[in-house]
Amino acid sequence: MSSTLAGWLQALALVGALALCYRPLGDYIAKLLTTAKHLRVERGLYKLVGVDGDADQRWPVYLRSVLAFSALSILFLYGLIRLQTHLLLSLGMPEMAPHQAWNTAVSFTTNTNWQSYSGEAALGHLVQMAGLAVQNFVSAAVGIAIVAALIRGFTRNRTDRVGNFWVDLTRIVLRLLLPLSIVFALVLVANGVIQNFHGFHELSTLAGDTQSIPGGPVASQEVIKELGTNGGGFFNANSAHPFENPTGFTNWLEIFLLLVISFALPRTFGRMVGDNRQGYAIVAVMAIFWVASAALITFFEAQHSGTALQAAGGAMEGKEQRFGVAASSLFAASTTLTSTGAVDSFHDSFSAFGGGLTIFNMMLGEIAPGGTGSGLYGMLILAIVAVFVAGLMVGRTPEYLGKKLGGREMKFASLYILTTPTIVLIGTGVAMALPGERAGMLNSGPHGFSEVLYAFTSAANNNGSAFAGITVNTPWYDTALGLAMAFGRFLPMVFVLALAGSLAQQQPVPASAGTLPTHKPLFVGLLSGVVLIVVGLTYFPALALGPIAEGLH
Amino acid sequence: MPTFLRTHLTALRMLLVMTVILGIAYPLLITGVSQAAFADKANGSIVKSGGQEVGSSLIGQNFNLPKKNPDDPNEEAQPDPKWFQPRFSAGGYDPKASGASNLGPNDEKLTQTVQDRRAAIAAFDGVDPASVPVDAVTASGSGLDPHISVAYAKEQVDRVAKARGVSADTLNQLIGKYTEDRSLGFLGQDGVNIVLLNKALSETK
Repeated sequence: MSSTLAGWLQALALVGALALCYRPLGDYIAKLLTTAKHLRVERGLYKLVGVDGDADQRWPVYLRSVLAFSALSILFLYGLIRLQTHLLLSLGMPEMAPHQAWNTAVSFTTNTNWQSYSGEAALGHLVQMAGLAVQNFVSAAVGIAIVAALIRGFTRNRTDRVGNFWVDLTRIVLRLLLPLSIVFALVLVANGVIQNFHGFHELSTLAGDTQSIPGGPVASQEVIKELGTNGGGFFNANSAHPFENPTGFTNWLEIFLLLVISFALPRTFGRMVGDNRQGYAIVAVMAIFWVASAALITFFEAQHSGTALQAAGGAMEGKEQRFGVAASSLFAASTTLTSTGAVDSFHDSFSAFGGGLTIFNMMLGEIAPGGTGSGLYGMLILAIVAVFVAGLMVGRTPEYLGKKLGGREMKFASLYILTTPTIVLIGTGVAMALPGERAGMLNSGPHGFSEVLYAFTSAANNNGSAFAGITVNTPWYDTALGLAMAFGRFLPMVFVLALAGSLAQQQPVPASAGTLPTHKPLFVGLLSGVVLIVVGLTYFPALALGPIAEGLH
Repeated sequence: MPTFLRTHLTALRMLLVMTVILGIAYPLLITGVSQAAFADKANGSIVKSGGQEVGSSLIGQNFNLPKKNPDDPNEEAQPDPKWFQPRFSAGGYDPKASGASNLGPNDEKLTQTVQDRRAAIAAFDGVDPASVPVDAVTASGSGLDPHISVAYAKEQVDRVAKARGVSADTLNQLIGKYTEDRSLGFLGQDGVNIVLLNKALSETK
């Protein structure tokens, strides 16, 4: 079979598998977010934790719960990392410096999984599984909980209650993430991903060298790293490492896992608002961007422009033989469009336009389909902006799903949209203005600038992948990128929950002849246009200095 | 108790419960089942030769000549003509330092390195520089890539046959045996497993 045909087939198989899961998984998530019934184990857990599972919260209380849980998660993880030399299973790893521990703690709590450390040289098994992997689960659940609250803002009327965070968190973890993780972790092990508690195991190679084979509970962490759109690798090489991703099949499965929840959530949305067509419109916009990006990155990688790639005769620098160009490009598009940030190949060595697209994908705001939950709430904010723009054109107060989008709602939506670009552009600007931080670049010229731009784009959008040549384990980068991740994660959540509260209080207005239908192709086109224009106008100058300058050179 | 404090206590209790379930019980469960059902794979797909562990079938290795002066860190290791050679690795096939070169597509150093590699490999294998395949002149993503392309394996046959005094036919058969097709026929890319190929080579009399 030719590589081209195989490339097409694996993409088509992915589309087919995601389409098959759309309805059942989306409906299942809608049910677990709306049912009044608690499982017995959940009731026990609520008792243990001390929450009333039947009491819904007002949006400020919901927000406080999210922030308290996240703040304690950062503190707990920071402590665990700093104390690891005194704990079990530390494998004799050295102590991590405070700035790097802060960066790592924020990174995993915010679902970013930016890594300024190298897994096999910095962390023992206990921190990986009881610290990082736990955050992989709960940070993914927090994202879904926030979007659940926003959807309830649309579905509930004249109330100040948007749900109960503790119940949402518990159900998403116990009914969705954990069962899927158990099944697919075992599938990964069956295909060669390791799962043990060994340390490094030294042996003598065929040619007589010594080699240290690593151990660790990798599969249990790998699966939720993808499923929860986290992306933090057990090892430095992330999903390029053969112990994290041993075959062409596991590679395909990992791409599927990192997309499946985010692509099913629009169905959950449609189901909860009582009109499945609304979900189809949203998922259509997500799919358009994902398909276009995957196709373009594959095209640019196959074309392999660039002096080094031309000299080599292909874009295989930083790519694994068992994946090849097509599967690596598909992974790269999917991981940067979902806020996952796992990599099966190294984006720094991608062609100028191929690598530039991975940056552009993140700049879209991680909405196509985006991180678990965060992708959908990001897209719904843009949908609100699109409805508002359409309303301006005809001169009437816009409404979305029966809720009026007045000044208050638009303020929250606008603040949401302004947050991430502000962090990215200021952060990049400051880093470029400081000579010590500029020196962190591995590559020179526009490509070096792209490394810095990539770093802040990735942090503020909670992606976590990198143009990994850049040296970021410095007090300045660790601190600055830690702040970018924290503000990029929690400020938008504040605006989303405030918006949810504002929508829930309204009395719905009945649809009239002047209402913009938000389930038709026209709206799909309008929303896609808004996404492109908002991002294009915001980031074009920065992109022009980096990947565009390099690609046109 | 003030609300502020109560919220944080709830959060702390929730975090601890989640840590016990997701951070302790879940990985122990997966490890237990994996060790019972897939012990070989769960422990790293270790391969043995003559009773001795010689590597993992998933982790590539160096196949270099011994250094002339083992204590000299600046001496560049030279490939051993008796073995099929793997791809280049940014970390020298050290699993404690996995990762890629991260050099950009227009990087001058990378361009020069690729050209040097092409010339060196062509001379080493006695072939036309233009025919050296792309995987041979580039470093992998993990630095531990256990595969090379079929083309690169075939290119090395004559050199290995000569160095070992075995027939090219035998070697071509071994390459066929250790060529791993795309998963399910269409996922990923095919390649020859260099660790298994060289192990079989070392066991061929």
